Formats: sequence, C-alpha cells, structure tokens
Amino acid sequence: MYRYDEYDQSAVDARVEEFRDQVARRLSGQLTEDQFKPLRLMNGLYLQLHAYMLRVAVPYGTVSSRQMRMLGHIARRYDRGYGHFTTRQNIQFNWIKLEDAPDILAELATVEMHAIQTSGNCIRNISADQFAGAAADEVADPRPWAELLRQWSTFHPEFSYLPRKFKIAVIAADEDRAAMRLHDIGLKLVERDGVLGAEVYAGGGMGRTPMVAPLIRDFVPADDLLSYLEAALRVYNRYGRRDNIYKARIKILIHEIGADAYRAQVEDEFAAVKALGIDPPAAELARITEMFALPPLDRQAPDAVDRSDPDFAVWLDQNVRPHKVPNHAVVTVSLKPAGGIPGDASADQIDLMADLAERYGHDELRVTHAQNIVLPHVAKRDLHAVWTALAAAGLAEANLDLISDIIACPGLDYCSLANARSIPLAQKIQARFAEPERQRDLGELKLKISGCINACGHHHAGHIGVLGVDRKGVENFQLLLGGSGAEDASLGRIAGPGFSEDGVVDAIERVTDRYLAVREDGERFLDTYRRVGFETFKEAIYG
Amino acid sequence: MKLLTGNDLASGDVVWWTGQGWSRHLGDAVDVGHDGEALARAEEGARRVNVPYVIEATATPDGPRPAHIKDRIRALGPTVRPDLSLKPADPAAGAWVI
Repeated sequence: MYRYDEYDQSAVDARVEEFRDQVARRLSGQLTEDQFKPLRLMNGLYLQLHAYMLRVAVPYGTVSSRQMRMLGHIARRYDRGYGHFTTRQNIQFNWIKLEDAPDILAELATVEMHAIQTSGNCIRNISADQFAGAAADEVADPRPWAELLRQWSTFHPEFSYLPRKFKIAVIAADEDRAAMRLHDIGLKLVERDGVLGAEVYAGGGMGRTPMVAPLIRDFVPADDLLSYLEAALRVYNRYGRRDNIYKARIKILIHEIGADAYRAQVEDEFAAVKALGIDPPAAELARITEMFALPPLDRQAPDAVDRSDPDFAVWLDQNVRPHKVPNHAVVTVSLKPAGGIPGDASADQIDLMADLAERYGHDELRVTHAQNIVLPHVAKRDLHAVWTALAAAGLAEANLDLISDIIACPGLDYCSLANARSIPLAQKIQARFAEPERQRDLGELKLKISGCINACGHHHAGHIGVLGVDRKGVENFQLLLGGSGAEDASLGRIAGPGFSEDGVVDAIERVTDRYLAVREDGERFLDTYRRVGFETFKEAIYG
Repeated sequence: MKLLTGNDLASGDVVWWTGQGWSRHLGDAVDVGHDGEALARAEEGARRVNVPYVIEATATPDGPRPAHIKDRIRALGPTVRPDLSLKPADPAAGAWVI
C-alpha cells in the first residue's frame, strides 16, 4: 500500500490546522454559514438532516487494517457507533459535531487519511477496481496510476474550482467492477504491443442526465497519461458551463459539442501540455508502484478447501472469487444482511474486519462501490476461519451480486437532498426475496435504489433500478429496467408510472417472475431482458 | 401553523423555535405566524443555528405535525434506526412519520 512521504503528511497536517482555525472562527461567530460552507465542504463536512456528516476519503477504495481501526475508533468515539460505506468507495459518519471535526481530521491524519476531495467542484477521490492487485484478469495493478492521479489532482490549482465535480475511475481488466464508463473520465489500462497505456473514456455519469462515456482515445501510452488528462480537464474547465449547475458536468459539454469535437480540442491541448513535462519521471512512478507490490503470499499453502459445511460452501460459491495466485482467494464481505442498512457497519464490525485483514489478509481491505468490503489476499486454507469469524459478527451473508445485495443511498432517512427513503425499501425487497435458494435461482441481479435524481444509489445502472421521487409530499418510486454499470454498460429505462413503497416491491416481483418464466439456460436477468426486450417486462408490470 | 426550524451550529442537531430560544423537541415548537422570516434573519445573525427556515405544520392534540415528510423525519430521527431517534422506547414512533 502507498505510504505518505513528508510532502503528503505535511500537506494533510497543514490542512487540519487550517480547518481547525476555520471551525473556531465559525463557532465564535466570525464567519457566517455562507462564508463557512465552502470551507467545510472542502474538508468533507456536510450538513444533513439530523447532524453534520463527515465523508472520509478512501483513495481508490484501499484501506489498511490500521486505517480501518481508526474508522472504527471514530465511529465509536465521535459518532454513534457505526459508519456508512458509500458508492464512491468512501465512508460517511452521520452524527458529527462541528466542534469535533478538527480533532477527527487530526486523528485521521495520524493514519494517513483525510477528507480532502470528498466534496466541491474539484477532482474527487479517485475510484478503482476493488480487486486491483489481486484479480487474475488485470493487465496491471491500477492503483499506482490511481495514486499518481491522486497526487496530481490533490490541490491542483487549476482544477480546484471546476464548473462542477469531476469523478475518475481506473480499471485494468475486461470485467468492469468499478462502473468505469459512468464516470466523468474512465480509464481502462491496456497493453498494446508490449506498451502499457489506457483507453480513455469521458463524459459518463449518472444524476439527472445519465450518460455512458464514449471512447475519447483508444490508447494513451502510460508515459503520456498525466499530460493527456491535464489536457482533457483543461478543455472541460475552459468550455464547461458555469451558468447552469444542471448542465455543468463534462457529460453535457461532450454531448453538446460531440465526442469528435471534444477529442480534437483535447488533442490540440495535449500537444501543448506534453511539452510542459508534467508526466512523472520513471523513478517516481517506480517508487509508487513498488508500494503496491503483491504482499508475500504463502505459495506453499494448500489449495484445497474443505466444503463439507454446506453454509460455508454456499458462501464460498457466492462471495469468494479467484485470486491471481491460485492458492489464494478474494473475499467479499457483504454489508447487506437481511433487514440491515446497505453499507452500514458497526464500530465492532469495522474492528473485526480490520483484525481479519491483519491476521489473514496481509493487512489490506477494499471498499467497493457496491458498499461491501473486500479482503483481497486470503489464503484458501484460511477461508473457513475467516467465514467463521464473519458469521459470528453477522457479516457472512452469502449474497454477493444477488437481488438482496442492494445498493441504496442513505435516502430521506439522512440526506437533505433526498425525496424518498431508500433504506426501508431495500429492507422490504430483501424481506420479499428472503429465501436464499430463491435468490440464487434468480442469479446475478443488481438492484440499485436512489432516493433522488442525483443517483448516489446508481439506479440508472441497476439491472433493476428504483428512483424515489416526491409526489405532492408523498414518497413515490419509479422502476427502471436494463441498466448496467459493468463492461456491458447501459442505462436503465423507466418502466412507466411510479408506485408506492409496497407497490414497487410487488412490481419487482412481477419482473422477476416474468424473468423466470422466459429465461433460457445460462441467462442472467440482464441477458434475458436484452433478448426479449423492455415491452415483455412492462407488460408484466402493468398488465 | 408555521414553525421555525434549523440545525444547531455546534452539534448540528435539529432544533425548533420555542418563542424564546431553540429546543430539540418538536413538541416545544410554537406557531411563528408571520414573524418567521424576520426571526430567521435575526437568528441567522446571532449565528447559533444554521440556515433557519419556516415550515408549514398542522396543530394536533399530540402537538405540531410538519406538513412534509422530510421535516417529520427531521423531528424524529431516521426511521430505520429507531434506537437513534428522539423516541427510542416507542416502537410506533416511526409510523408517525408516514
């Protein structure tokens, strides 16, 4: 894992002290809320329905055991005993007191963490494939590149006041586990003729105007990547709209001028930027890359796993994926227990996951955009011990990518932007499909719920998506079908008129019943949907 | 009736104007009538409460009931964590929100 150098640490420490002074001036009345709000947001501090909320950055979703324990400590000491892992691979604390915020940031800084780039119109925390460094199908570990982008983007003077927020994702495998093409810029590392580089996609996103990012450049050699991105951001910064917040994202710019025109502008700018020499020297990239080396795995450990415990075997099949080293595995810890709150973990659970990573996982954890936690490097001989410990803590739900593995934003229970509650709906859907065999029979089915059009719950990318709206003060839920955030990215289509909370659960069941009736061998829900089409399911929903 | 509400500056807690100050309990809220905007400006100036604003509510025998679900959730707490609400011992409290 990356470790701070003196520049990183001093920058984060200085930011903490700056914010401490800003908070003191706000509490003493020297600053108005209008003056203070942009300052607190630059430090990840929002004001939500019930309290301040602190969003802590987890760069590219990678966190160490020591850092994870700090998150548990903050949940316990400063919050109400839990944290909420988000669809941006970050963590949020929902009950923060303003006067505590500087101390929390100071504690985070002791473990090389912060809340920078978690709000504001800057380049946000870089996201990445949660299986990075462990996946058998990657051409390279995307995290050194994500870290390079972090260093480039943090406090970038030209890109701190963009027209709107800017999200970048990096993957390095054909299977897209990071919703790469639904980001402002998506990078897919590829190798061409022995040279590492990236496919660059730009102009994707969700929100009120969802778009799948088009390919802007088929191959940017790694040696040119920072220069190319600098050029891509400059063009956006110059031409992105600042007069209308709803039209300010890069997706609108690219949609309006066209991908070809944007590409041509970026190429012109790139020619100028490349001469500036901002791409890192090989030694610096090597220094970063070295910190992401595969940990010293025991390659002599037994490969066989005793599957005689049926519950364990189900969990193995559902939540454990192959590792690039065959006698190891990648474990996903589901934060979607039946009746729970998607993405929430108690301080004790956070500590337990930190302990398991330390004991069995080479000190590493990952946060996924699907609001789960990954232990990326577990020897197969240790899987049963890990499962046993997780089960005792209520963390062994065997539902990865099943209908109960629901992404849900905090919704109207917490969020000041929301129009409807997401979490109670997720719980009702889980209850309706509670039977594990039924879930497994349905197979991969990604259900995603947002409580408002801002789409933090990724409803556009759900095989089945749900959008909560406010209809004359009453919660109402629209159903969307056919979205995907994976390598076959697509946007869901609104099925028709909305439903009450109970009504949308019934409608979802009519959709899954129709799927079971018409699916062919080996088809996932999404495959069947794409084969038979929207109308078949619309008819099932509305008759 | 009209109520004045906001979030306490230091804690972020939801608070309601009582006629003399701020309370965390909706039951203490008073009808601010036509004075809400002026009170909000004055309190904004005093810098004890963040972004105070006026909401519509209905007077009921059990106390004021905010017209919009968002403010009812603010008044009670998250419906999915009754243990963290202002009425943790009342399992039916969540139903009041809906």
